[in-house]
Amino acid sequence: MSNLHLITVLVEDKPGVLARVATMFARRGFNIHSLAVGPAEELELSRMTIVVDAPDVEQVIKQLQKLINTLKVVELSGTDAIEREVMLIRVNADTEQRSSVLDAAAVFKAKPVDVGATTITFEVVGDPQKLADFLELMRPYGVVSLVKSGRIALAREPKARNLRAIG
Amino acid sequence: MERISISQALIKALEFEGVEVMFGHPGGAILPAYDPLYDSKIRHVLARHEQGAGHMAEGYAQATGRVGVCIATSGPGATNLVTSLANAYMDSIPILAITGQVPTTAIGNDAFQEAHTWGITMPTTKHNYLVTDAAEIPDVIHEAFHLASTGRPGPVLVDLPKDILNTEVVWHDPTGIVDLPGYKPTTTGHPLQVKSAIELIQQSQRPVLYAGGGIIASGAHAELLTFAERANLPVVTTLMARGAFPDTHALHLGMPGMHGFYSAITAMQKSDLLIAIGARFDDRVTGDPSHFATGAKIIHVDIDPAEIGKIRKADVPIVGDARTVLRQLDERLAKVLGTGTAPTRTEWMETLSGWKSAHPISSYEQEPGGLLKPQYVIEELFKTTGGDAIVVAGVGQHQMWAAQLWKYTKPRTWINSGGAGTMGFAVPAAIGAKMGMPDENVWAIDGDGCFQMTMQEMICASTEGIPVKVLIINNHNLGMVRQWQRIFYNERFSASELTDHTPDYVKLAEAMGCAGFRAETAEEVAPVLEKANSINDRPVIVEARVDPDEMVFPMVPAGGSNDIVILSKDDLS
Ligand SMILES: Cc1ncc(C[n+]2csc(CCOP(=O)(O)OP(=O)(O)O)c2C)c(N)n1
Repeated sequence: MSNLHLITVLVEDKPGVLARVATMFARRGFNIHSLAVGPAEELELSRMTIVVDAPDVEQVIKQLQKLINTLKVVELSGTDAIEREVMLIRVNADTEQRSSVLDAAAVFKAKPVDVGATTITFEVVGDPQKLADFLELMRPYGVVSLVKSGRIALAREPKARNLRAIG
Repeated sequence: MERISISQALIKALEFEGVEVMFGHPGGAILPAYDPLYDSKIRHVLARHEQGAGHMAEGYAQATGRVGVCIATSGPGATNLVTSLANAYMDSIPILAITGQVPTTAIGNDAFQEAHTWGITMPTTKHNYLVTDAAEIPDVIHEAFHLASTGRPGPVLVDLPKDILNTEVVWHDPTGIVDLPGYKPTTTGHPLQVKSAIELIQQSQRPVLYAGGGIIASGAHAELLTFAERANLPVVTTLMARGAFPDTHALHLGMPGMHGFYSAITAMQKSDLLIAIGARFDDRVTGDPSHFATGAKIIHVDIDPAEIGKIRKADVPIVGDARTVLRQLDERLAKVLGTGTAPTRTEWMETLSGWKSAHPISSYEQEPGGLLKPQYVIEELFKTTGGDAIVVAGVGQHQMWAAQLWKYTKPRTWINSGGAGTMGFAVPAAIGAKMGMPDENVWAIDGDGCFQMTMQEMICASTEGIPVKVLIINNHNLGMVRQWQRIFYNERFSASELTDHTPDYVKLAEAMGCAGFRAETAEEVAPVLEKANSINDRPVIVEARVDPDEMVFPMVPAGGSNDIVILSKDDLS
């Protein structure tokens, strides 16, 4: 697990940029653990957040930089980054379990977004650890289905590092 | 304002870039572009296979230093180009490939001759384009030339849907400057790193300058000579750098690598400082990297930052163009030396010359009346040409002998497929080289196996009037495969034998419109080569029937340690 690295990549928003990045990863034998892409602050730019599984992250960064459509590549360490994932999770919650499930969810600020006869679906937003913990908590009730977004991340403002708890 | 078709704009854009020749093969999707080509001053050479067109563009680029251009139709035309693109990508050769594509409205529908060219070629090009906006054409071509020829050179592909080719636009000359926010190659080395490099060099007891193909790509051979002499540094030239430093120079140790010179391999292995310039620590040079030059510090100069630290960590990394950085290094050294001279390192230099004289490369015996030796034939070619030729090789034993035995003294006189090892490269690449350097004597040294992969391009050479010469080292075997089977597979020669006298190369030469000669004995070789050298009105094919059991030495088995160099057959047991 220690080979996981978090990278943000600023790219030109051109057709096929994602394919170029994915092809380069495949070609070089780097594994994508998670990937999220969306528009960045400027028009015509996109930002990718990639969690890569590779022993030599420097080579990954250099190969990304080598792509013609790549503007900037930054590796973020866990403490320098604000990281978020979204999870939708549907758990068994019949009448007997329902209140206990809801109590547990409340602790995690997981939001019930759909309630059926025997299940409840929650939306959870947070850093990867929070999502993992919530999943563990829900397992005993029975997880019916689950979907997670890729991770997104931004570097923290240098000044704000001491006030990390805010994030 | 005058409106012209995109096809006309394409040809105009190529003319604007100064293109004088393109190599290609037409077909449905690219036909619109072939129509204005009919009136253009750009010469089109009709390759008999698109792979040939690609290698011709590469040979042209490697002989001249200019961008080579090839053109093909959609689908199979484009896929036939893939081998050449992969080859150009591996060896950093600047070529532009133009391919036709089915109309934009048909893309994705499995239309006739549709292939996902853009996707297929993504990992084998420096960059590629699928043009969907007609107005972009002049700028895309300009950008493509810029990308192919600057930074670390490489192949660029432009895929053009047929409906786009038929669109009309108002021509505008491309704006001079290409501004790509994500592409700004660093050419000047960091002064502090240059300073550290010179410090390391001055302190080193056993330095070796490891010159790679980047020296030739950046035109840094003169700077290399100046610097190596001032710093008193022994030099090795890799397979891609033959000719970057004169073989005849006292500081030259030869070629390193799997079939390199003992002196070059061992000098690197025992050195305390390797100064790698435009080289990439290829596995054919390093052998097992964990056993490679373990006592050496590394100065690594390359224009591609990703090469630095990829295989071997650099103590002093310098991102920059080889020529610029060599000038910087030389300036710094001159300043540091003042009126003094570089360390003589007498002990190291004596050791090196000891290795050089104890283990010269040439270890074969040509007995009069005995089987013709391939090495002898290549040395005779060197003699009969006076070494004044551009040599283009295929892949295999003959390639290694051509790299070892010829004395290269100038850059761009040795052209081969190094990184990809593409059999079939020699004939078309020689045609491209001859197109670029028509006044030079261009000799392909090819294997019979390689020749059979792209020999139809000799028809292109004869009908287009491109008088290249081909020496086929015919051992009627896939010789290099046979060598490996002999050494590593207990002499089980599985599928490596080619038939002895089929085809008849002399008849074949004549059938293809070339002059054809054969040499079977040592005595016949020189006269036949003299005859070949005197013919300049058509291509020539010379077949030399040689001993199939000769092997290439020295040899470091793949993945082995460079400490163990097999010098001859006797070392095998
Ligand atoms: C396209 C391609 N296919 C297969 C190989 C593997 N290969 C390397 S050398 C060689 C034999 C070459 O035979 P020949 O051209 O006769 O040259 P020789 O080694 O006999 O000099 C082969 C098959 C290759 N390098 N390229």
